Amino acid sequence: MAVVETKSLRKEFGHTIAVDGIDLETGEGEYLVLLGPSGCGKTTLLRLIAGLEHPSDGDILIGGQVVTHLPPRARQIAMVFQSYALYPHKTVFANIAFPLAAAGMPREQRPERVHWAAGRLGIDGLLDRRPRQLSGGERQRVALARALVREPQVFLLDEPLSNLDAKLRAAARDELKEFQQRVGITTIYVTHDQVEAMGLGDRIAVLNEGKIQQIGTPDQIYHHPANTFVATFVGSPPMNLLTRDGRLLGFRPEQFLPASAVGERPGQVIFDFAVTRVENLGSDRYVYGHLPGVDPEAKVIAKLPSTVTTPVYVGDRVPFALSGGDLRYFDQQTGTLTAAGEAKVQP
Amino acid sequence: MTVAQRPAEIAMGPRRERYLLDSERLLGPALMAPAVVYLILVVGYPLVLAFLYAFSDVTTGSQSLHFVGFQTFIAAVKDPVFLTTLRNTFVFTAISQALVVILSTVLAFVLTASFRGRWFVRFLVLLPWTTPVALSAVIWLWMLDSIFSPFDWFAQLLHIVPPGGHIIFLGQSDLAMGSVIALQTWRILPLATVILMAGLSAIPAEVSDAAEVDGAGFWRRLFGITLPLLSPVMTVALLFGIVFTFTDMAAVFVLTGGGPGNATQVLASWAFYKGVEGGNLAVGAADALIMFPVLLGLAALLLRIASRAEVS
Repeated sequence: MAVVETKSLRKEFGHTIAVDGIDLETGEGEYLVLLGPSGCGKTTLLRLIAGLEHPSDGDILIGGQVVTHLPPRARQIAMVFQSYALYPHKTVFANIAFPLAAAGMPREQRPERVHWAAGRLGIDGLLDRRPRQLSGGERQRVALARALVREPQVFLLDEPLSNLDAKLRAAARDELKEFQQRVGITTIYVTHDQVEAMGLGDRIAVLNEGKIQQIGTPDQIYHHPANTFVATFVGSPPMNLLTRDGRLLGFRPEQFLPASAVGERPGQVIFDFAVTRVENLGSDRYVYGHLPGVDPEAKVIAKLPSTVTTPVYVGDRVPFALSGGDLRYFDQQTGTLTAAGEAKVQP
Repeated sequence: MTVAQRPAEIAMGPRRERYLLDSERLLGPALMAPAVVYLILVVGYPLVLAFLYAFSDVTTGSQSLHFVGFQTFIAAVKDPVFLTTLRNTFVFTAISQALVVILSTVLAFVLTASFRGRWFVRFLVLLPWTTPVALSAVIWLWMLDSIFSPFDWFAQLLHIVPPGGHIIFLGQSDLAMGSVIALQTWRILPLATVILMAGLSAIPAEVSDAAEVDGAGFWRRLFGITLPLLSPVMTVALLFGIVFTFTDMAAVFVLTGGGPGNATQVLASWAFYKGVEGGNLAVGAADALIMFPVLLGLAALLLRIASRAEVS
C-alpha cells in the first residue's frame, strides 16, 4: 500500500500534449478513478505512473519515493491491461508465476504464491489451461491474479472491463470493487465509462485535454461539477445548460419534474416546458423540449422515472418544477462553477 | 390451357450472361486456372520427367529410353563424389541457415526500433533480395578475387596476412565453402528479416508492456516472451530458407563451380554437372531426386504450421 503522487506531470508526443501539468495525490489504499473521453490523456497518465512512458517534465512519487526515472520493475506496481495481455504461450500457472520468476523468487517457493493468488480470484481449476482456452471473464481474473501475486504497492487498471459483454461487466465491476476492498491496495483505474467510475471510485478525477477538470467523490462530481465539461460529461442524459442573465444555469434532467407530480415545496422554481419529443424507455421517460421563458435556444431534457405517471404530450406546455438548491451557475466565458452556485456547495 | 403470355409491362431483367462471373462455380476455377496451368507446366511436367529419367538410362545424346529400375540410383550413390556432395549440401544449408536465423532476428529487432534514417537502413538490408542472383554472385566473385579482393586489403590492415599477402578465398576448401555460405546467407537474410519483422510487429505491444511491468528485464523479456512468441514465424522463415538453400546451385555455380576439387559441390550443382554438363540425364535426375524426400518432409511441415496458424 502506498500513496501515488504526480507533480506538474507533463507528457508531449511531438507537438501533441497528452498530459498537461497534472498534480494528483491518491489516498492510502484508495480507489481512484481517472475518467475522461478518448484522447484525454488518462491512459498516458497511467502509463507514466507505470513507467512505460517517460514524462517530458514533472515528477512521480510512489510511497514518498521519487520514481520518475526508475524502470517499471523498480516501482512495485502491477498493471492490468485493457486486453489483459496474458502471455499466450504460457499456461495460467506460468502466467501468474512470471512476476515471481522475474523477481528472482526460487522455483520451489512459487507454487504456494501462485495458488494463493489463484485462490483469491477463484481460478484454481484453470491453472493448466492456456489463455486462448479461457473466457473473457476468466482471462480478466488471471490478469488480476498475475497482478496480485507479487503483492504490489499499487494496482493500475486500464479499462479492464471494456472487453467484457454488458452482462458480465456488471458482475465483474462488483467483483473488482469487492476484491480491491479485500486486498486494500491503492488502485488507479482508468475508464471512459462514467457508470464504472461512479460505481467503483472512492474518488474520481475527471480529465479532459490532458488536464484534471475536477477531482472529488462521485457525489461531488455529480452534484457539484466544477465546470461545464464535468457537468455535461458525467450524467446520462447530461446536465441541462441554459443562458440566463449572462450566466449559465445548470440542472440535472432527473431533478426537473412535472410540477403536478412533485407538489408545492418551499424554494421551488417553476418553468414552462415546451415539449417537442417524448421517449419512453420503460424505466424512465425522456422528455425533450425547451424553456421559452428562460432560453428558447437551449435544448432541455427531463428524465421522468416510471413512478411519475403525469401525462406529457408533444406540443404541450407543461409547468415543470425544480428545487432551487439543485440549480448550478457557471461562468459563461470560462465555464467554471461561479460563486452564486458555489455558495450552495459544501466546503 | 394456353401458355401464359408474359405481360408486356413486366420488363426483361438484365442479361443473365452479365452475372456469369458472380457464380462461384465459374469464378473459382477461372481464377485458379492460370496458377494450375503454371504449376503443371513448370513444376509438374519437369517433376514427372525427372522421375521418368531417374529410373531409366537416358543420356543427352540418345533418343532411346529404357527402364532400368533402381540401377541409376545405385550408380549415383556409388559415385565417390556423391557422399562429399551430400555432406556439403547439409553443411552449406545448416551453417548458412543458422547464421540467417541469428542475424535476421537481430536485424528484425533493429529495424522495428525507431531511429533516424530507419527507412534507408531497411532499404539497404532488403537490397540483396532485389538484386538478381547472377549479378550479385558476380559482384561477390570480384570481391573474393585472389588478387584484387578488398577483404585482402582489410586483412593486411589488421595484420591477419603479411603486407602484400593474399587470401585465396575460392582456392582453399574451407575458405571456398565459407565464401559460398557467406553469399547464401547474404542472399536469404533479407527475406528472413522481413518475415521476422512482420512477426515482431504482430506481437501485441501490451504483452511486452505487461512483461516490463511484471518486472522482467531485457533478457527475460527477450527469451521468456518475445522469442517464444516469435518462434512460429521464425520456423516459417527458417523452413523457407532451408528449402531455398537446399535446392540452390546459383551460389556454388557462380562462385566456385563446385571446386576446388569438389569441396563445395552440392547436390543441386552436382545434378546439374552430371546431368546437363556431363550428359548423363538419368544420373543427374537421380541425384536431384535424392533431395526429394527431404523437401517433401519440409513442405509437409510448412503446410502443417500454416494450417495451425489459421486455426488459432
